[in-house]
Amino acid sequence: MRQLIRRVVLGLVLAVLASPGMALEFKPAVVYDVGTKFDKSFNEGVWNGVKKFIDETGIAVTEFQITNEAQREQAMRRLVQRGATLVIAVGFSQADAIDAVAADHPDRQFAIIDVFWLDRPNLRQYAFKEHEGSYLVGVAAALASKTGTVGFIGGMDIPLIRKFQCGYVQGVHAARGDVTVLQAMIGTTPSAWNDPTRATELARSQFDRDADVIYHAAGASGTAVIQTAVEAGRLAIGVDSNQNGMAPGSVLTSMLKRVDVATYRTLVDAMNGRFTAGVNVLGLAEGGVDWALDEHNAPLVSEEMRTSIEKARDDIISGATLVHDYTTDSACPG
Amino acid sequence: MAETWIDLLRLLDGALRLATPLILCAMAGLVSERSGVINIALEGKLLTGAFAAAAAVTLTGSVAVGLAAAVCAATMLSMVHGFACITHRGEQIISGVAINIVAAGLTVVAGNALFRQGGHTPPLAPDDRFPALTLPFAETLAAVPVLGPFWGELVSGHTLPVYLALASVPVIWWLVYRSRFGLRLRAAGELPEAVESAGVSVTVLRYRGLLIAGVLCGIAGAYLSTGHGGGFVREMSAGKGFLALAALIFGRWKPWPVLFACLLFGVLDAAAPRLHGLEVPLLGPVPVALVSVLPYGLTVILLAGFFGRAEAPGALGRPPGRTG
Repeated sequence: MRQLIRRVVLGLVLAVLASPGMALEFKPAVVYDVGTKFDKSFNEGVWNGVKKFIDETGIAVTEFQITNEAQREQAMRRLVQRGATLVIAVGFSQADAIDAVAADHPDRQFAIIDVFWLDRPNLRQYAFKEHEGSYLVGVAAALASKTGTVGFIGGMDIPLIRKFQCGYVQGVHAARGDVTVLQAMIGTTPSAWNDPTRATELARSQFDRDADVIYHAAGASGTAVIQTAVEAGRLAIGVDSNQNGMAPGSVLTSMLKRVDVATYRTLVDAMNGRFTAGVNVLGLAEGGVDWALDEHNAPLVSEEMRTSIEKARDDIISGATLVHDYTTDSACPG
Repeated sequence: MAETWIDLLRLLDGALRLATPLILCAMAGLVSERSGVINIALEGKLLTGAFAAAAAVTLTGSVAVGLAAAVCAATMLSMVHGFACITHRGEQIISGVAINIVAAGLTVVAGNALFRQGGHTPPLAPDDRFPALTLPFAETLAAVPVLGPFWGELVSGHTLPVYLALASVPVIWWLVYRSRFGLRLRAAGELPEAVESAGVSVTVLRYRGLLIAGVLCGIAGAYLSTGHGGGFVREMSAGKGFLALAALIFGRWKPWPVLFACLLFGVLDAAAPRLHGLEVPLLGPVPVALVSVLPYGLTVILLAGFFGRAEAPGALGRPPGRTG
């Protein structure tokens, strides 16, 4: 039924837009990852970028939400067939699919977020230095902890999430050497992004073991971590999007990963004919990652914490502090 | 020592939370299968209940309304199941699978139409969920060693559906083994022709079995989305209905052994997150994959090794009057 509605809508959009002589009119499309568009985290960050673009330009952006693995390549091919000139794929698990589709359609433009290892002349790739942002929230967690134990809950056990974890642990230990970090992953398949039951149990088990701040990098499952923190009267740290407002008073801060900026920039560049292929790596210095401070978490962040985090931030940008990136050698120091 | 005792209690506490939907679904399966209807649709009924509860709570802000909505939705689905396989004598497994597919799709479509969040419901605030109930004496006993933590950590402090699940076991046992209705229900599952010739309607008995199953699945669903969790997400039942079915077979369609099987699965499930990141001497941290597969691996071994012949109800899956 949804499929049918989508087809009818797409057909209408095509009929309206397909004016003669403009065979390749700018038509962007976005393919979200498993975990869905409204995960309040990673995918929703992309949606925020898309929304900003739509609001400013009034250009329609076709969207597709993946519900199972087999749909990825099929969805992209169908979008291209229907005239999409730019396809943005969200998430590392779409890498193979977009590589294949980009190879078959050299006249179209493609972009992917969280991938940096492909090589196509019509493909733009975005990677983020999540370890840098995670380091900052690690500093925040260590300074906010009263029990001397903090936690980390990852979504799917993949190098990318280990990168978050490793940066966080480094930040915690840099701020306070005596803090224990409890670490857990929800699962090993993409369903881990959508498993609030397991996330709740993991969060409870870490709170039971005296953790009082938990940083999650678990997409939609992370909502459950924040809810559990509210119930337990402890703190959570959000990820990707600014999640401070989800539970004011219970979210210490959020590690911002500006996928919205990456998405918005790609859309604007492609619209203005300035699309470039290649790899873009965005860290603290480029404004690609950061920590969130707003009216929702201001009461939780002491002046001392704020100074320490800002100092760590400056040191990373200046190069005085080097945060180890897990993905370079698949190992985490310490 | 006291530390280990509390750790153990917390593990069992988690096990109880995770076993609750299994217990309710397994009891639902027990009643309907004892009447002769294979209930492979537990998963779909659970999922529908979870969605109905979360949606109703989001719209009205009352967990009681959510629970009622979940029970209604799951019961309605149960009646559709009955209409297909009792009234129209359809193949029970196929109609059950159809119900599961319908539930997986319908919840997402309805969720999208109502809340426009990709099939999710908005996350619920703590006030909109089942509150944890503190049982009497939890405070007074807190100082007592061993018993204090046992009462305070394990027995007290759960949400209403957890206690309903535990209460459902003796109730179902009494209903199936001690009541006249139960005797007829079991007869309908063993030899429906005998029931028919005694002038009792197998159709009505089986419908009643499915009705009770629907109510129990609804409670389980409400627990999933408004008790243990806080909101509905796509396919959040995650195979619990099927695991309950496994527990039902493992417990040989008898209430107390089924309860034991559910609790066992709960313990395995609760142990998994607690083993994450645990440093084992010589081996280093426990790999996530191993921990995640443990409950399923053990289930297979237990089912294959320690479990003799399945003694399913004689007429399971067979409409009356068709002997073969």
